[in-house]
Amino acid sequence: MNKIIEWIDKRFPLTSNWKAHLSEYYAPKNFNFWYFFGSLALLVLVNQILTGIFLTMNYKPDAGMAFASVEYIMRDVDYGWLIRYMHSTGASMFFVVVYLHMFRGMMYGSYQKPRELLWLVGMAIFLVLMSLAFTGYILPWGQMSYWGAQVIVSMFGAIPAIGESLQQWVLGDFTLSDVALNRFFAYHVVTLPLIMLVLVFAHILALHEVGSNNPDGIEIKANKNPKTGIPVDGIPFHPYYTVKDIVGVVVFLMVFCGIVFFAPEMGGYFLEYNNFIPANTLQTPDHIAPVWYFTPYYSMLRAVTVNFLWVDAKLWGVILMAASVVVFAFLPWLDRSPVKSIRYKGVYFKTALTLFVISFFVLGWLGTKSPTPLYTLLAQIFTVIYFAFFILMPWYSKIDKTKPEPKRVKE
Amino acid sequence: MADSFSIPDEMSGRRKFLVAVTSVAGGIAGVAIATPFMMSMMPSERAKAAGAPVEVDISKLEPGMLLMVEWRGKVVWVLNRTPEMLDTLVKVEAELADPNSEKPQQPEYAQNRTRSIKPEILVTEGVCTHLGCSPVFRKEIAPADLGPDWLGGFFCPCHGSKFDLAGRVYKSVPAPTNMVVPPHVYLSDSRLLIGATSEGSV
Repeated sequence: MNKIIEWIDKRFPLTSNWKAHLSEYYAPKNFNFWYFFGSLALLVLVNQILTGIFLTMNYKPDAGMAFASVEYIMRDVDYGWLIRYMHSTGASMFFVVVYLHMFRGMMYGSYQKPRELLWLVGMAIFLVLMSLAFTGYILPWGQMSYWGAQVIVSMFGAIPAIGESLQQWVLGDFTLSDVALNRFFAYHVVTLPLIMLVLVFAHILALHEVGSNNPDGIEIKANKNPKTGIPVDGIPFHPYYTVKDIVGVVVFLMVFCGIVFFAPEMGGYFLEYNNFIPANTLQTPDHIAPVWYFTPYYSMLRAVTVNFLWVDAKLWGVILMAASVVVFAFLPWLDRSPVKSIRYKGVYFKTALTLFVISFFVLGWLGTKSPTPLYTLLAQIFTVIYFAFFILMPWYSKIDKTKPEPKRVKE
Repeated sequence: MADSFSIPDEMSGRRKFLVAVTSVAGGIAGVAIATPFMMSMMPSERAKAAGAPVEVDISKLEPGMLLMVEWRGKVVWVLNRTPEMLDTLVKVEAELADPNSEKPQQPEYAQNRTRSIKPEILVTEGVCTHLGCSPVFRKEIAPADLGPDWLGGFFCPCHGSKFDLAGRVYKSVPAPTNMVVPPHVYLSDSRLLIGATSEGSV
């Protein structure tokens, strides 16, 4: 065995990479359960790729056959139902773990210097993930696939001057048709997964360059053992965190299997009831809402009902929705706090983050409802709170009364 | 230190120029090779040819009835409005964003209060001008969900836009403009051609 590894090492940096990224990559020893979600996101990515490959073996990207081919997978292909439910549940669980992963970063200031680029690569992964979810949801060509795509693609048409041509370029037709379904399939199975893999690779490289943050938000590299050069508060990722992550994986798989086997539709939140009806180009369903992970942004899209500053309400809605996603990327430069972790931040930041989380959930809930005047008003109020969290951050994070950070991580 | 093969830290003017020229040439080549790929994503010749007009027989369209027709992959509505429905068009005008149809959302011959050639027959694309959903025909007066002032019209379930019975948009809704009236012509009293202004033309 050693001889084989020796042979390989002379031709390929196997052992050196194993050491650099696993057995001699030192992570802070005070990780809590919030640090499970990065490795869980990786697990879900593997699940999506594997199940996705097997789904493409039976799926047909043709407006006339797509819906029937999905039903064929569900009814006639051996274990087809299992593979599809693993894929559809995986899509929702991807957002669950990524949202928790992002929230962890916001709590412990993981986006702050020197991890700005790590955060930005993460944001790019988030955008690609959203595109993957959107293109994937179109593929069964049910009512929600069709009308959801119609709404999203029409947003390009809201852009002044070039909007209409851009929309035709995106669709490859004058309306949403078989042409669009075919190309969204290409994006979903080739283009976007390739970009995703490259970005995930870059995300891990960037992480291992700067080192992991931790719940105390202090740099373990600042305090190294002078003899070994190893951070005194660091432990090797393997075996300590690989073993710890297995615990997270087991708990996660219990939840995941529970959903796959007992509630794959999750009461219409993971797979919407209207999507069990084939696409009808002549009639929009009476009630349309996106899948749960997009509903907060969707609420903001329709919250604007007045024209102002020479821009009409439709374009404002699209701008606001895009801004609500992109604004996360500015966090490293909006946060002026001298400390990273919420443990040492003051009452202003804690209040702001709490209000932000509440507004995210309320907007998400409103996005599943039909727009009534009351709900629209609520969406407008919580949209303001959502953006206030970011826009006012340079101010409240600066004057906030922080506690001093400890020198060593807490046990 | 430097031997004859090393590249000096400071680039000479000649080398700077060559690097710049090579970069520009490479950039142009990149754009050139990207062009056919980007162009292949525009609507194909087949998609362009698929926009033929459709003929509709409206002899059986009773007053108050709505007919759905597919034209260029979109839904087109043909609505036979009753006299009472036509009366509502004047009453709602104060609440509309563009009551006189000033924005070019219709052919010239439909730029009137009823937005139609024949006053009672409305021909319009059944597509919300917000984000492309198809609104629902709500002809009942003052239903619970739309409020006591509703005199009949079209309501979009996606984002709550409202239109009157001539496809004119209400104020303070997400949709910015009136619904689109496609080109159409009556070949006879009961034969309507959608997608063309005369028989034979497209």
